[in-house]
Order: sequence, then structure tokens, then C-alpha cells
Amino acid sequence: MVQKLGFLKESPSQTAGPYVHIGTNPNWVEITGVWKEDLGLVLVAPETKGERVIIKGHVYDGAGDPLKDALIEIWQADAEGLYNSPQERRGRADPHFVGWGRQPADGTTGEYRFETIKPGRVPYSDGRLMAPHITFWIVARGINTGLHTRMYFSDEEAANAECPVLGRIAHKARVPTLIATRGEENGLPTYTFDIHLQGEKETVFFDI
Amino acid sequence: MVDQGPFYHRDRSWHPPAFTPNYKTSVLRSPQQALLSLDNTISEMTGPVFGHDRIGPLDNDLLRNFAKTGDPIGQRIVVYGRVLDENGRPVPGALLEFWQANAGGRYRHKKETYLAAIDPNFGGCGRTITDEDGRYWFRTVKPGAYPWPNGVNDWRPAHIHFSVFGHAFAQRLITQMYFEGDPMIWQDPIVMTIPDKAGIEQLIAALDRQNTLPMDALAYKFDIVLRGRRSTMFENRMEGN
Repeated sequence: MVQKLGFLKESPSQTAGPYVHIGTNPNWVEITGVWKEDLGLVLVAPETKGERVIIKGHVYDGAGDPLKDALIEIWQADAEGLYNSPQERRGRADPHFVGWGRQPADGTTGEYRFETIKPGRVPYSDGRLMAPHITFWIVARGINTGLHTRMYFSDEEAANAECPVLGRIAHKARVPTLIATRGEENGLPTYTFDIHLQGEKETVFFDI
Repeated sequence: MVDQGPFYHRDRSWHPPAFTPNYKTSVLRSPQQALLSLDNTISEMTGPVFGHDRIGPLDNDLLRNFAKTGDPIGQRIVVYGRVLDENGRPVPGALLEFWQANAGGRYRHKKETYLAAIDPNFGGCGRTITDEDGRYWFRTVKPGAYPWPNGVNDWRPAHIHFSVFGHAFAQRLITQMYFEGDPMIWQDPIVMTIPDKAGIEQLIAALDRQNTLPMDALAYKFDIVLRGRRSTMFENRMEGN
């Protein structure tokens, strides 16, 4: 026998199930009065620096149907590319921007929607800049372990082309699955980011 | 520094795979392409942190936080434990959210139609933040087993769902807690998505008679382990990355 390394094992993941909202968005499922507001619905305050954008889309299953019980979380840098996290050592992030959001997919249409700001660029581990991106985490009934992916912006072609993470995708035809399409809604830039769990248009998911 | 290195890679043979056909919903909701392995970047090594000021005094008391006319009906229990990382170090300041059915197995959710009655004094949601030693606790009623449309006669074992925020988005985890001695654990297609028996056992809370409150509530101990960080001893990384 050799010495034991002594590490613990991570607690295994389990599905969030169809009633995840009871714990994450109780007010949204009419469990009112327990806490004032559901966490993560509002990202932007009047003082927040940066360009306001809307991020929206659907999560589709392998039959092409939108998930109506998915829960989507996003995590992103501020307009200067700094994260509002104690682990951020490069400077102090915008105090008026937490950078984290959480939205349930609409129970009827399956659409999700965030009002946020466009993030600045942040460096990859070797110092090269990554293209502006928003990290996504998706849980739902039928998903055993939360899925990590990233959303990039269609109007950042030059930055996307040199992004070290997008460059890691061996099948170049799959890169567009991570790029949200720019549109406009009530004068605000809108990015549509549809997530396909399975099949021909399957989104690239990360093991990070 | 404990707080700086990249995370140990997730052992995907320990977690449930995406495609687990006995849990039928996973069939159309599982990616078929391989995941893209990515060394941690600052985008995953950071994450939101929630202050204790967000938590109200009844947020970890499911016996009281929805009560209208009295206490909910059911077995009174205290659930407690620690949040640790794979190095065995406590994770302080971790936000835990939990949700569950009532004593009869009925969830308070607008899409739920099981015939067991709603309890007018039970909401089923709670949250708390771990203290400086990674400890947490809450009190509630023990949830009932719950039938679900998977096989024709499938029942979930009694369980409490947990959502955990560590210090980084890479540590984000949702899991379920089961109860010691429940025979239904080993018949459940969702439990059985976990490949290793030892992995399943890690999700079973132990009955703790020492911390049981006499004439009041049974205690169950449930520790949660999040990913640990590698030390940076052999790497020449830029500060902050």
C-alpha cells in the first residue's frame, strides 16, 4: 500500500427536477412572503456602467421542443472586463454590477430573457484576451449535471476570431452555436442565444 | 493560496452521465457530442458571493417561514452539516438553497397535480449561508415519498433538493439529499443515474441521535463537498489568472 492522498470526492450532481423554482424563484411560483424577491432577476441598476443589452432565447431538447422548466444562470464581467468576485485580483469591479443573473424559462413559451450590459474582454490563462462572453449554466428536469456553455456576440467578429477558447473548438462548424445573433428591440441591442441540448444544432458544452 | 489555483477537474465518472435512459426525460435532454474540456479561466474561477445580509431570520426555518395558522404537519427534523472542498477545507460564505415536498409528498408548485393535500402552513423553500467553519443548518418537516410519471409505478424516495454556490462558478452544484435507511433509494431511477454505490451513499444523510432535540426534532447530518483548488506550486501563472 502507498500513502493515501486524502482527498474528498465531490458530492455527485442530481437533476434540479421540474420544481427547481420552489427553491430558486419561489415568488415566481406564487410562494410569496418567504423572501421579498427572487435572487438574480435584476442585473442592472441606473448607476451600472456599460452598454445595456437584452439577452434572450430558448433551450431546445433533441426533438426541437423548447424546455419550459429550465433554469438559466449567467455570470459575466463588467463593462471593463472585471469580475465582481473576491477572486478577482486585477482590480475592483463596478460596485453597481454583481455580474450574476438567474431566470426561469417562461412556463408557456420557454423563452428566457436577461437585461444586462455587454461585458468587457478578459484574459485567458496565458494572457491573450478572450472575446467578450457570458458564461451560462443550465439546469432542468432531465439534465443530471448542470451544463456549462458560453455566449459570444455576433458583432464582435474580430475578437471572436482571435478568442483562444473559440479556437479550441476542433469542429469549426460548431463555433456558431456559441454566437448570439444581434437584433434590436425598443432601441436596445438584443442578442438571441438559442441553446440546443442535442441533435444537429447541438450547442458546444464545456467541461471546465 | 487556497483561493487562487484552478479547480481539480470534475470526475465525470463519479457524477451521473448525461444520458441515463431509465430516467426517461434525460433521453432528449442529454448532449450527444463530447464536452469541450477547458482549462479554467478567470471566467469560471470567479463567481458571485452573497452577503449574510441577504438572509432573513426565518429563511432557514421551514417550520415557520410560510406558516399561516400554525406549524406544518409532519416529522419535525433538523438538517445540518458542513460545506467542504475536496481538500477537506471548509467553504465559508456558501449560499445554500433547498426545496422539498411536504410530509405527504406534495410540492407547492403551480404545475404539480399530485392528489396528496397541500399543507397550508408549508411552503417548502429555505436558504442559508455557511459560517466561517462551513457549517449550516435548517429545520423543516421530513418530506414524503412522491410518485412521478416515469415508469408506471415509480416513486421518488424522500429527498431534499440542494443548490450550492461556492466561491466560483466552476463549483456550482445542484444535488439531492436522501435519508438513511430509506429502501426506496435503491429503486429510484434518478438516484441510480449515479454510477458508483459510494457516490450514492455520499448523498444519504445520517440520522444523528446525538444532536436530535429531545421531545422536538430528529437530526440528520448532511455534508456537501465542492470542487477543490490546485495549488499553484509548479505553475508560472500570471497573478489573478
